[in-house]
Amino acid sequence: MLEIIDVSRSFGDFRALDQVNLKIESGEFFTLLGPSGCGKTTLLRCIAGFEQIDSGKILLDGRPLTDIAPEKRPIHTVFQSYALFPHMTVAENIAFPLRMAKLDKTEISRRVAEVLEDVRLPDKANHYPDALSGGQKQRIAIARALVNRPRLLLLDEPLSALDAKLREQMQIELINLQQEVGITFIYVTHDQGEALALSHRIAVMNQGNISQIDEPSVIYSYPKNRFVADFIGQCNLIEGRLEGWESGWRFAIPGLDSIPVQNNNEAFSSGQDCALSLRPEKIRLASRLDASPDECLFSGTVHDMLYLGDVTVYIVELGNGLQVEALLANSAPGRTRLFEKGDAVQIAWRHDAGHLVN
Amino acid sequence: MSRALPKLSAKTLLSLPPAAYLFLLFALPSLMMLFASFRYPGEYGGLAPWYYLEEGSLSFDLTLENWLRLFESDIYLGLLIKSLFIALLTTAICALMAYPVALTIARARKGRRELLLLLVILPFWSNFLVRIYAWMIIFSPQGAMTIAINELRALFDLAPISLMFSNVAVITCLVYVHLPFMILPLYANLEKHDPRLLDAAQDLGASRSQRFWLITWPQALPGLFAGAVLVFIPSLGIFAIPDLLGGTDGIMIGNVIKQQFVESRDWPFGSVLSLVLTGFTLLLIGLAAHFGRARGSEGKA
Repeated sequence: MLEIIDVSRSFGDFRALDQVNLKIESGEFFTLLGPSGCGKTTLLRCIAGFEQIDSGKILLDGRPLTDIAPEKRPIHTVFQSYALFPHMTVAENIAFPLRMAKLDKTEISRRVAEVLEDVRLPDKANHYPDALSGGQKQRIAIARALVNRPRLLLLDEPLSALDAKLREQMQIELINLQQEVGITFIYVTHDQGEALALSHRIAVMNQGNISQIDEPSVIYSYPKNRFVADFIGQCNLIEGRLEGWESGWRFAIPGLDSIPVQNNNEAFSSGQDCALSLRPEKIRLASRLDASPDECLFSGTVHDMLYLGDVTVYIVELGNGLQVEALLANSAPGRTRLFEKGDAVQIAWRHDAGHLVN
Repeated sequence: MSRALPKLSAKTLLSLPPAAYLFLLFALPSLMMLFASFRYPGEYGGLAPWYYLEEGSLSFDLTLENWLRLFESDIYLGLLIKSLFIALLTTAICALMAYPVALTIARARKGRRELLLLLVILPFWSNFLVRIYAWMIIFSPQGAMTIAINELRALFDLAPISLMFSNVAVITCLVYVHLPFMILPLYANLEKHDPRLLDAAQDLGASRSQRFWLITWPQALPGLFAGAVLVFIPSLGIFAIPDLLGGTDGIMIGNVIKQQFVESRDWPFGSVLSLVLTGFTLLLIGLAAHFGRARGSEGKA
């Protein structure tokens, strides 16, 4: 188990990490997610030991890591640039950590052959890294970092250099690999889709702080604040005021009717200004809608649209000038554009579809 | 095919002038020297005729004497070996001194890097001989350095020494003159090293010295080899520096070759010595390149 307790790190006036607290369980696939400059890579480098921490503690299985040199930590990193040694063959690259651990020769060659089998590249043992494709380099870098069974594997945006198709394939491989080896993975990325697909838990970071730590589905469905809601996936943020009525909570949108909402957050009380986060895929869209009693209904006009292949995004302008994004899947054959700019449409969503954030 | 043809001829055309230049001024003179090494010297320098036409019969006047003379006394081969040793020592000292400099430049900030490189090549802006004369002043018995060293030696009751006209003076000046030729290729090599490889090696358990010997050193070898060639070859054949700073002690093979051509007027023997020097140089470079390549391709086999 890795514990990060009140860790801070500044570069001059810039606070890269501001009293970060985190607990990562053994065997977990944990992701640090955030925009560039949020501190995720700095935190990773602090765990690896390449970066000193100004204050706080990092404990691995209860033992402080702070005084252990990076080369002595039972932690290996997969670098964004792979950092394969160009003057060594694939087999020599993978053997490197085993040589450093002073294993004997037969044991080294046995383990190298084994791990090459695991990453399905046994015929590449005597190739030099230059002769490998991006995906192969990636697998070799992972094999090299895993071969002597570290307690933690740190992955620094390892898939960002691959094309979209290969990335998806590598994501599946990573999930399977992590399950097989059972080693704790700490994964850094700015790609929210990747984080949602891979992780057991995600920590969303912003400006040196952790905004939210939760399972992917919770992060997506119940973002804690505007930043998380906005950063993870597409999201409508509708400003308004929470009102407590006898019949339940209502959300007053300036210039429109107030609508019933669910309030999952005890911190919010009546009269509070907040925002309703509403995912585009939760909104129904048609030229005429028959709203059920547990839905709210609005009329508007199509302001803009964006054809994305599988879905089309419509931006609908409501009476008060508020713009709401809604998705329609292009599931019917030949169906790409149901509406044109300026068409009058209706949108509806369930009362419990939105989630309040501040 | 018809398209490949003009491309090929353009390449050939472009390489013609340098090829002609090298043939006229390098290959041809070398062949002439090889020929001269089998001829007799002329009475007042130059070469004696290599054939005679007497009474209609042709006779050749060629000899192996010049080559045999090489082995008659151990002076020449001894001097060759001493010169090899001095050139190797110069190369080694240059490498040791150049490495930290090249590393500092390679890791410096962008703007600063250009300034440091400028400083490295600054000595080239003044004449080679002028710089050697400067060393004569430094090494002279009245020079501040000699006086300081002898004052220091006097403190320990040691006899005063002379720095001028010694092997030490020659090597010092050889290193001074050739250092930039080691720094520049080494810098060009080190500058390309990816610093993240060192992070990766450390991350995988390599200590500081392991990181140097397993990551930096093997990658630096090509740069080091290029610098070594640029330092070793000119150092081996140089005569100006031992002439001015070496005295009788610090003489090198280059001086003897020059002597044969200029003072003894024995062009054939001068040619022999010169060819032996060239042969040795080629052999050493060839060996070094061969072993360098063998090392590099160890894993490929």
